[in-house]
Amino acid sequence: MLSIKNLHASIGDKEILKGINLEVKAGEIHAIMGPNGAGKSTLASIIAGNENYEVTEGEISLDGEDLSELAPEERAHKGVFLSFQYPVEIPGVSVTNFIRTAINETRKANKLEEMPANEMLKVIREKSELLEIDRKFLSRSLNEGFSGGEKKRNEIFQMAMLEPKLAILDETDSGLDIDALRIVANGVNKLKSDKNAIIVITHYQRLLDYIVPDFVHVLYNGKIVKSGDASLALELEEKGYDWIKNEQEA
Amino acid sequence: MELKEKLLSSFMAFEEQIDVNSDLHEVRTSAIKNFENKGFPTKKEESWKYTSLNSILKNDFSVFPKNENTLEFADLKKYFLHEIDTYKLVFIDGVFSSFLSATTHDGLDICLMSSALNKPKYKMVIDNYFNKIANLDESLTSLNTAFANEGAYINIPKSKVVDKPIEIMYFSTGSEAALLVQPRNLIVVGENSHVQIIERHQSLNESRIESGPGLTNSVTEIFAQKRAIVDYYKIQNDNLEANLIDNTYVSQQKETNVSVNTFSFGGNLTRNNLNFYHFGERIVSNLNGITIIGDKQHVDHYTLVQHSTPNCESHQDYKGIFSDRSTGVFNGKIYVEREAQKTNAFQKSNNILLSDKATINAKPQLEIFADDVKCSHGCTIGQLDETAMFYMQQRGIPKKEAKALLMYAFSNAVIESIKIPELKQRITKIIATRLGVKMGFDL
Repeated sequence: MLSIKNLHASIGDKEILKGINLEVKAGEIHAIMGPNGAGKSTLASIIAGNENYEVTEGEISLDGEDLSELAPEERAHKGVFLSFQYPVEIPGVSVTNFIRTAINETRKANKLEEMPANEMLKVIREKSELLEIDRKFLSRSLNEGFSGGEKKRNEIFQMAMLEPKLAILDETDSGLDIDALRIVANGVNKLKSDKNAIIVITHYQRLLDYIVPDFVHVLYNGKIVKSGDASLALELEEKGYDWIKNEQEA
Repeated sequence: MELKEKLLSSFMAFEEQIDVNSDLHEVRTSAIKNFENKGFPTKKEESWKYTSLNSILKNDFSVFPKNENTLEFADLKKYFLHEIDTYKLVFIDGVFSSFLSATTHDGLDICLMSSALNKPKYKMVIDNYFNKIANLDESLTSLNTAFANEGAYINIPKSKVVDKPIEIMYFSTGSEAALLVQPRNLIVVGENSHVQIIERHQSLNESRIESGPGLTNSVTEIFAQKRAIVDYYKIQNDNLEANLIDNTYVSQQKETNVSVNTFSFGGNLTRNNLNFYHFGERIVSNLNGITIIGDKQHVDHYTLVQHSTPNCESHQDYKGIFSDRSTGVFNGKIYVEREAQKTNAFQKSNNILLSDKATINAKPQLEIFADDVKCSHGCTIGQLDETAMFYMQQRGIPKKEAKALLMYAFSNAVIESIKIPELKQRITKIIATRLGVKMGFDL
């Protein structure tokens, strides 16, 4: 589904990604781990089309289609979703109205009719129950005054509503207490199918106890330096990132 | 003939034409003298540094409006908040339309300034309030006073919650040749009373084509008696041939709460002189504004809050969005006199420039002579937040709509201060139109 080949990217003069290769197939969960500053969030941002980064070499394609010339919204319309590490506050626009706009813009781009209001309400009810979200929460301004955990839960709620082909969860576990983590992970697992794929970006093993990855990749200094199955995450947790650093510098 | 000369020579003809009492004759005469001495303000004056009237004054304005226009309510319906649930004072090209208005004398007076000026019944109110808070030195206010005849007269007795909002509508058809109109509004709100007023300046010919240039020089005096609450909304949505100078003076007695919200979307040049004066303790003054302009439009907000008494508050919150070659000015003056201890005075002016050619001049002026006060001011000028744009685009919202949502969010604090739900919807709709988007929902 997602194919990244020899991806190099920089911001200003600084090269952040130095040749990433990654193949993600439908039905798979990949975890990308690594120390701070390794380039994890940059990779997520670039897949989603953030124009602040310059791709200097390599390619990203989704189901064989090159994404490099597409704007962020066009990638979103093709099914790319990025759960933000720091979701943005939008005063005056309620969660419901925001998601309604997002869904209808996506449908419009895919030449579908707008979703009828009653159906929209039904889906909203379903998905908010899945993530144990209070109805009152949905009429609040998007992310405004939300706690860290509420923001993350709201991101996964939007993911549930948009049903993306490829979801990238950027540090979705940070700011979540253990109960919220369980609810969010449970939601993600229910959304998982053999037609979509998930990339989980995280520092810690913790989230991976709940969302069990098929593959774990370690990103260090702009490159994937190690790949393995779920046991790699446990090994990392045990040995710490110094293990990777020492190995790389040796 | 220059406009000033024309006005001076028109003054005598004007006085002969209307039958006014002698008291007012003196007021008018001294006003026209002040205007004669001072003339129109120029950029040499500190308070007009960023706004030039020169090009406007070159027009050969006709000074006296023509006869009553014959427009149907159906043509204008969309500009009103309600068909029946508001009081209405409607002026078309400066001429009152009795046919379109809904006035009252039932327990309160909502009627025409010209009748209040002429009928003995209103003499006491006119003697006590007319031209009593307006700045007698200010030349444009003087010009208005000299020719004051038409406008809104609103007198609310004490302990009255006015049952529905009052709409004061100034329509311009643009069909006239260059026209100068000078509305004069007097609003007296009695003790413990509450009123909501909407004043709208609206061109009916929304495109500039076939539209004659217009200049409106308006003066409004608002008197809030003890514990009165006044919510005043100004909607400035004229076409690009229209120019508006608004002089509003607010006098507040103790424990009053007066809000003036100014929404500036239209016009070629708009200047808002908004002045608040305090005459008692525990007064609250709110000054809010949203300015969204483009093209070569110019909007200048000049505010003054004169804190003369202790334990009062003022809050100013102005948001501006400027595109194309538009220019904005925010000049906010807070004056805290020595006696005005425990004053809380806050001022904010946040601006977004959407183009390299747009400019904003923001100038806070705080003059504080009391020592136990809290005053703050903050001006920001920025571009749209890129992270927020990326966030919304990532959710599938195209750039243009994302931009509109962000600007809506930016002005939200002021939109939230609108206390009439229908008005809030209307303003939101105008904003969406100004931003060039159609939202799939009512924002």
